[in-house]
Amino acid sequence: MESALSRSGLWLVGLLIAILACAAAVDSGFAIHMGIVGLACVIGLIVTLRGVDLSKAILAPDQGRYDDDPIRWGVIATVFWGMAGFTVGLLIAMQLALPMLNLGLEWTSFGRLRPLHTSAVIFAFGGNALIATSFYVVQRTCRARLAFPGLARFVFWGYQLFIVLAATGYLLGITQGKEYAEPEWYVDLWLTIVWVAYLAVFVGTIVKRTEPHIYVANWFYLSFIITVAMLHIVNNLNWPVSFVGSRSYPVFAGVQGALVQWWYGHNAVGFFLTAGFLAMMYYFVPKQAERPIFSYRLSIIHFWALIFLYIWAGPHHLHYTALPDWAQTLGMVFSVMLWMPSWGGMINGLMTLNGAWDKVRTDPIIRMMVMALAFYGMSTFEGPMMSIKSVNSLSHYTDWTIGHVHSGALGWNGMITFASVYYLVPRLWARPRLYSLRMVNWHFWLATVGIVFYASSMWVAGITQGLMWREYGADGYLVNSFVETVAALKPMFFLRAFGGLLYLTGAVVMTVNVWRTILGHQRTEAPMRDATFDPAKDRPIVAAAA
Amino acid sequence: MTTIVERHKTLERNVTYLGLAAFAAVIVGGIVEIAPLFWIDNTIEKVDGMRPYTPLEQAGRDIYIREGCYNCHSQMIRPFRDEVERYGHYSLAAESMYDHPFQWGSKRTGPDLARVGNRYSDEWHVQHLKDPRAVVPESIMPTYAHLAEHDLNQGDMVAELRTLYQIGVPYSQADIAKANDDLKTQADPAADATDLIKRYPKAQARDFDGDPARLTEMDALVAYLQMLGTLVDVNAPAAQETLAKEKGR
Repeated sequence: MESALSRSGLWLVGLLIAILACAAAVDSGFAIHMGIVGLACVIGLIVTLRGVDLSKAILAPDQGRYDDDPIRWGVIATVFWGMAGFTVGLLIAMQLALPMLNLGLEWTSFGRLRPLHTSAVIFAFGGNALIATSFYVVQRTCRARLAFPGLARFVFWGYQLFIVLAATGYLLGITQGKEYAEPEWYVDLWLTIVWVAYLAVFVGTIVKRTEPHIYVANWFYLSFIITVAMLHIVNNLNWPVSFVGSRSYPVFAGVQGALVQWWYGHNAVGFFLTAGFLAMMYYFVPKQAERPIFSYRLSIIHFWALIFLYIWAGPHHLHYTALPDWAQTLGMVFSVMLWMPSWGGMINGLMTLNGAWDKVRTDPIIRMMVMALAFYGMSTFEGPMMSIKSVNSLSHYTDWTIGHVHSGALGWNGMITFASVYYLVPRLWARPRLYSLRMVNWHFWLATVGIVFYASSMWVAGITQGLMWREYGADGYLVNSFVETVAALKPMFFLRAFGGLLYLTGAVVMTVNVWRTILGHQRTEAPMRDATFDPAKDRPIVAAAA
Repeated sequence: MTTIVERHKTLERNVTYLGLAAFAAVIVGGIVEIAPLFWIDNTIEKVDGMRPYTPLEQAGRDIYIREGCYNCHSQMIRPFRDEVERYGHYSLAAESMYDHPFQWGSKRTGPDLARVGNRYSDEWHVQHLKDPRAVVPESIMPTYAHLAEHDLNQGDMVAELRTLYQIGVPYSQADIAKANDDLKTQADPAADATDLIKRYPKAQARDFDGDPARLTEMDALVAYLQMLGTLVDVNAPAAQETLAKEKGR
């Protein structure tokens, strides 16, 4: 009772601060944001006062030896934000093909929705997947309950508040104008607090482990949490114009600002989307395949090589710009070197299936994991190739970059997350199996075909535009005006949107499947076809007589 | 090999060591690549003509950032024949030295804007921003008609310029004190802009949006677009001489 009282007091203080900040705000965007914070405090107050245990009301009671409540919330949030992010992605893809879909409103123009899309898929979908799976994996591999259970819940809800503030801010035009680091100073500060709490919960759980060794997945999660903290803080060193206003200016300008930004931007890819998701791979692939990790030594080498080399690769986003040449070349060399440790992770994942390759045929979840690793390998080859200056001179500023990031994001991050969600849901809600395995199979094919449409159309669009920009006629003049290169891409933009539609449809199938599984339903369906044994074909291959 | 694996077990059994080792591994690259940019002299070559943005230009830049223009437009011309012929002289590091944040961009869904200043008339910009397809039928740019309808939020430009001054933009005390007046003066054809232009050389003072009675967001954005790339005369003999001596590009 006393703790409920003191928690209510904290909510009231938060509410009071929000109201004061709202009243004193110098711009309407800041006022709206403080209103949202105030609303969050009111909801927290009501929940505390009514003593409602949301988890008992909606979710299965926690009976296990592990604290799975925040993970169940995290899985639901992952699916929800995934749907939101994919939908906005499809909308902005259509806006590029049909500009009238910008609707002529300031809040729905491409420039404001594009950060909404990137943040929703990377930070909301990917971030929730990382937080949820890290809490799941760290408990299992350490044989320990989550440290600081209250703080773990704060991490989850605090992170959702960060997402809501960031997303509404973009629509209102509150942005600091740096890609993948758009949220303004007060949202950044809030995320810093949440992130420190996340680090405390994660490290605290490792500290109280009953296993002598820290499992490899946790190395990756740990390096991801530490590095993202470093990147986030340095890249968001801003000076607010007013402490009750939304606008701030970054302390770094021009060349220095550009390299700090892409040091951050590239390692948001390197640590958020690679190291963190490799951690998921290192737990869920061996579990689903029921095989041990292929090589312990490879995991050591590729882990240290990956985290050391990734940080250097940022300048390849700034080839042929006003960044000094030495920095560009250094970035290029390290980007090419990065190819090998990246493939170390792919090899370790794929070879884990040694002795279980038949499951690719019979288990659509394993198939998703294999496809995720294949796309990981593909895009970590493509990345170093595009970082070579002469290739980059063609690919930079074009849709090739967009195709590259999406083959990584949709193929690697998306597929491994979907597979992990399918692994987690029956276990977290104590269901005998998923609602439908055949729907997983549908999801797999819709997503795969969607990515193929997406990536190939963007490759064609990017190379087309890059070549058209630099095309000279026999008369020695540029052949194409800029807008001719835009018009040439229109069919590709439609094909890309079609690919996105397929991918989104796959995600809808997943949402239904996950939801029905949570409700405890099981679809009566014919089992996935097993490979039948044909003795006539089971014979050694003999070389034909010469 | 075995010994390395054995030694690695120390890290695997102690989360403090593991965390410190990981942090040590990830901090090196940033220090080696970023820190020297702050003290190596030829990172930013010295050229004549650079000055901080006028309050109206800065207000336009805030709108440029607010609307996310950087998602589709770069401000960084690379030193290639086709880019130099299409957009003008390649961009110099000095030209973005007062840009908090930099807006080099990463994607050209639309053309580069680093030197778009004075290439089109104000009327063209206003019409294009209101309805891009009215002037470029194949354009896929969103419409920004609302900019002409919104009065420029005459927030406190003094506070803005002071903030920029605090993080290193060399505004004079007069610039900061007169910021709110400068904002109005630059877009008011009836006002005397002599003092403004003296403090901000090459500043263009006129009504930008075709509606002299009002100071709108359109005024600010067009004022910003019309000054982009106009400050440094890259074709002046002195500038050419500096660039010829330039190393590392």
